[in-house]
Amino acid sequence: MIRLANVSHDYGGRGLLSGVDLHIAPGAFHFLTGPSGAGKSTLLKLCYGELRPRSGRIELFGQNLAALSRDALADTRRRIGVIHQDCQFLDHLTLAENVALPFIATGRPVPEADLHELLSWVGLEHAADALPPTLSGGERQRAALARAVIMSPEVVLADEPTGNVDWEMSQRLLTLLVELNRMGTAVMIATHDLTLIRNAKALVSARILRIADQTLQSAGSDL
Amino acid sequence: MSFVEILRVRFDDAGKVVPSSGYTTVLTTLTAGAMAFLAVFALALSLSSGQLAQRWSDTLSQSATLRLSAAPSEIGAQTAAVLEILRTTPGVVSTRVLDIDEQRALLEPWFGPDLPVENLALPRLIEIIETPEGFDAAGLRLRLSTEAPGAVLDDHTRWRRPLVAAAASLRGLAWVSVVLIAGAMAAMITLAAGFSLAANVQVIRVLRLVGARDAFIARAFVRRFTLRALIGAAGGTVLGVAAFALLPVAGESGFLTGLGFQGAGWFLPLVIPPLAGLIAWAATRTAAFRVLRRES
Ligand SMILES: Nc1ncnc2c1ncn2[C@@H]1O[C@H](COP(=O)(O)OP(=O)(O)OP(=O)(O)O)[C@@H](O)[C@H]1O
Ligand SMILES: [Mg+2]
Repeated sequence: MIRLANVSHDYGGRGLLSGVDLHIAPGAFHFLTGPSGAGKSTLLKLCYGELRPRSGRIELFGQNLAALSRDALADTRRRIGVIHQDCQFLDHLTLAENVALPFIATGRPVPEADLHELLSWVGLEHAADALPPTLSGGERQRAALARAVIMSPEVVLADEPTGNVDWEMSQRLLTLLVELNRMGTAVMIATHDLTLIRNAKALVSARILRIADQTLQSAGSDL
Repeated sequence: MSFVEILRVRFDDAGKVVPSSGYTTVLTTLTAGAMAFLAVFALALSLSSGQLAQRWSDTLSQSATLRLSAAPSEIGAQTAAVLEILRTTPGVVSTRVLDIDEQRALLEPWFGPDLPVENLALPRLIEIIETPEGFDAAGLRLRLSTEAPGAVLDDHTRWRRPLVAAAASLRGLAWVSVVLIAGAMAAMITLAAGFSLAANVQVIRVLRLVGARDAFIARAFVRRFTLRALIGAAGGTVLGVAAFALLPVAGESGFLTGLGFQGAGWFLPLVIPPLAGLIAWAATRTAAFRVLRRES
């Protein structure tokens, strides 16, 4: 579904990623690790087309990213649920509206029942009408996860989805992602949290990737 | 999204996703109001100067009067000579010698009905009907002075010709003002929309990330500015028309007669608010799509 071939990227300074090959197939479950600043967030941004690579080829659902029209890219993004490291909410909208934003922004009616079920799943039904800046970091991350999955995307890309939540909640979020994966959604989670990865191994057969020396390596099971 | 769609005021989600930045929207409303107010005046000026030109050119009446004074023994011969000159003067359609009764009628307001016109050495009056282009008055005077020295050409309505031309160019100026007002409004709304778009790059980014197309993002801005321009222009138009309704324009006579709106003319300013909305729609749309193309 998402395929990177020989992709290199940098932000104008020193090289960050070089010669990266990656394939996220339907139903796959990937973890992405690496030290802070290694380029995990950058790699995810390349995967949903927020960044264009310096070189190499990126295919989203069989279409060359470089050749996608602006509207086609917008439509493609609806098939990818993203949990951003910094959440990316609209601070003047309520939490519920932020979670429903993928529907609102594509002019579709918001499925109220699904929205409330999802909010209670991530333990936020009490905060539906709160504005994002009044919520804790963990609450925002849970909401970000809810927004990423509300459109039943084919792929979920999660950037540190459990960075700010307690152990119990992180298990719960992981379970939700594993649930989705069992129903066919491909998942890629960028994280430092090795415990999360270890716990996941009991639930799902995940592939662990690691960014080191600007390249993407398979970390195997030595965690 | 069409302009008409915006007129169906629906405060739906597209409008809500962009935070209302009170400052730019208030400025847009005020600008549209001020521009509409000025447009009402320009429109009134255009209508009135058009009517003025019409009125003045009507009273030009394309006629002149020739007064012929001569000794009673010569008057017949001189009249014949003058009529012959007029017959061969380009721009003269017809001539007519006024008879005694007509002359009496002309003098009656001044001297009363009992004036013994027959006994007075009154000048002969000859009415000249001109073509719309008129005749060469200076040339005619020259010929008359040699062949009929007692003839005086009175073309008193001619002084109005330049006034008619002035009224016509005033009308042109009024239309230029309308165009300038529309242009200034387009420019200001483009700036306001550009400012609003720049202030909301983060909002635009988030909307993009969740799969919004350019058209949806643009709509949020376009709707807001179009509605604001409509509301502001409606207010400005009402104020402008009210100002004219209350204006103590010189009554039935006088130079300024008819400055303002008359009859159906009062409805003409109704076109200003939709026009302002249309300008805002086009200006915001252009600004939005330009920014969205750049910020990709
Ligand atoms: N927009 C940008 N402009 C310039 N440099 C950037 C930009 N975004 C990221 N970087 C740099 O690129 C490097 C990789 O950033 P990235 O966010 O991908 O790292 P990361 O692996 O996600 O780190 P973390 O685990 O801390 O989230 C960092 O050194 C960062 O400073
Ligand atoms: Mg990161």
